[in-house]
Amino acid sequence: MASNASDAAPTSPAVSADSESSILEAIRTALFEEMARDARVMVLGMDVGRLGGVFRVTRGLQERYGADRVVDTPLAEASIIGASLGLAIGGMVPVAEIQFLGFTHQAFHQIGHQLARYRFRSRGRFNAQVTIRAPFGGGVRTPEFHHDAIEAQFSQTPGVKVVCPAFPDDAKVLLLQPIRDPDPVLYLEPQRLYRSVRGPVPAGDYTVPFGSSRMVREGKDVLLVAWSAAVHLCLAAAAELAKDGVEAAVLDLRTLVPLDVAGLTAAVQKSGKVVVVHEAPLTGGFGAEIVATIQQEAFGSLDAPVRRVGARDTPYPPGALEDHFLPTVRRIAAAARTTAEY
Amino acid sequence: MVEMLATDGTLTGSSPMSSEQVVEALRLMLLSRAVDERLIKLQRMGRVGVYGPVHGQEAAVIGSAMALDPQRDWMVPASREHPAMIHHGLPLTNMFATYMGNFNAAAIPEGVRLLPRQQSIGAQLPHAAGLAWALKLRRTGGVVAVYFGEGASSEGDFHEASNLAGVMRVPLVMLLINNHYAISTPVSGQTAASDLARRADGYGFPGFLVDGNDLLAVYATTAAAVDRALAGGGPTLIECRTYRIGFHNTSDNPKEYRQQNEVAEAERRDPIERVRRFAAREGYWSAAREAAVLDEIRAEIDTAQRQVEQLERPGPAAIFDHVYETLPTRLVQQRAEAIDDAT
Repeated sequence: MASNASDAAPTSPAVSADSESSILEAIRTALFEEMARDARVMVLGMDVGRLGGVFRVTRGLQERYGADRVVDTPLAEASIIGASLGLAIGGMVPVAEIQFLGFTHQAFHQIGHQLARYRFRSRGRFNAQVTIRAPFGGGVRTPEFHHDAIEAQFSQTPGVKVVCPAFPDDAKVLLLQPIRDPDPVLYLEPQRLYRSVRGPVPAGDYTVPFGSSRMVREGKDVLLVAWSAAVHLCLAAAAELAKDGVEAAVLDLRTLVPLDVAGLTAAVQKSGKVVVVHEAPLTGGFGAEIVATIQQEAFGSLDAPVRRVGARDTPYPPGALEDHFLPTVRRIAAAARTTAEY
Repeated sequence: MVEMLATDGTLTGSSPMSSEQVVEALRLMLLSRAVDERLIKLQRMGRVGVYGPVHGQEAAVIGSAMALDPQRDWMVPASREHPAMIHHGLPLTNMFATYMGNFNAAAIPEGVRLLPRQQSIGAQLPHAAGLAWALKLRRTGGVVAVYFGEGASSEGDFHEASNLAGVMRVPLVMLLINNHYAISTPVSGQTAASDLARRADGYGFPGFLVDGNDLLAVYATTAAAVDRALAGGGPTLIECRTYRIGFHNTSDNPKEYRQQNEVAEAERRDPIERVRRFAAREGYWSAAREAAVLDEIRAEIDTAQRQVEQLERPGPAAIFDHVYETLPTRLVQQRAEAIDDAT
């Protein structure tokens, strides 16, 4: 997978106070900091060591922490995850990279049947302190499978948490926490935002409770609910709508499991009009869960039917056609306008 | 094929096990068969859900387990190795609780170096490779022994785990219990190869084919693999060729897919009988001693069964325990609803 390999290898983790960084740099910083903090933390996956990953996220880690702790594995997803569970039982803290989320299907049983259930099956004797990092999402003309947004499938595997940052500060903190979390976490990296979104990243340790959403734009006319890269599509749509005097709020869920039901409900109660946006195909997407939650928790506050904007219910098309498949700023703005005017 | 003990109990070479070890192995084999009988009986009475007996595979399972040090080594079972698990430190009561539907009481006690039974065929193999990798990284010593069947050798997890274990050169002993049947599918339906042990060649580590009904051969081969792993020599694959005399589980009827003469031949090669003959010839086993051991075993089984029967059965709240360390809000609500529904 082609990517910008021109980043200089970092000689030290970025620890300066509140530096501006990209999402990619924030992830790398979190890994450097956690590996320095805890000698049990190790990074494993395909091409993560010598190369520093196909996106260079892990660049510099192997030089710093050695080939025992930053390990290039064979090309075999199920054993990357399955071995991570064994490593965790043996006292290590694995951060496993699956090169692209679409390829977690080759490891789905190890995630859904094994990692997710090991604490439960062993009645608490063993826990799976494993973080799975996986880039995903479209918009960058990747080959087939490299973009699939299958996050909803992991909301059906109780025991696993699903984290999906959209900003550099969250990219860091929401990775620090999974590494320290005694339970398995799937950490989804928005590949189209890796280098394009920059922002402040607090230095050192800080925490955000899992299951706390963040209002990233206020607006009184309509609420757009999203996660990961779709948050930025919603912000772009909100900017378009503002030109016509429609004020859209944007809620970034940040984690799907656990879901911030209270935060979502409060935002819906304030707005009364809601559009849910995601990059996954519409049918059965996690948006359906959001809409079901909204109608149960805030039915009385709704002033319009809740709309969803997702990808089309087709297989992911070749890159040249992906704009016809993915949610676009135009489609989101249109849905928001219809909802606001309802 | 590695063989030491003939069906008539005559030994080739010297015994790798002491007389005390052979007696302990016999006790475990007899215990295993008595547990089979009891749990099948309880299943027929509706007090056990489903049970898969070990019958026929005792030498493979127990001979390998006895080559491990429970204080040092980890055991990663599939599902038909309970005598090995008991030898490794799982209390018989916990084993009975597994089948009598009390999952809290079935838990592996703290300090016992044993992973839970695995119902997803072959999925334990990458866990074992990872665990062995951790032992190597942390230089804690010890090896990991993982059990799986010839059916599991068809799974992708077998390939991925073997390959990874070879690349990382981890201290892993892979015990392939070839009992000839994966439910109804004979080994000829799993592989066109005549010998599963040779698969190890493809992963760059040694593989051995052993008479899985020969306690001493299984023990000696496993002990050598443990020594090799402890010395940093990496993984070993051991195919223990045995035969599942019993049914796959209590829901299965093997008469629908195999000939009785085949089973009769397996019974002639019974793994317990040849150890019994060997030990008797060596002068430390007799019908009287066996009768005394069986009395102890029956008492042990009665106690385990009674202890499980006296336990409080888990209620609705138990399904919410150990999902996460800290229960998320939604599950707190669902837990309250489940408790409410049940009262």
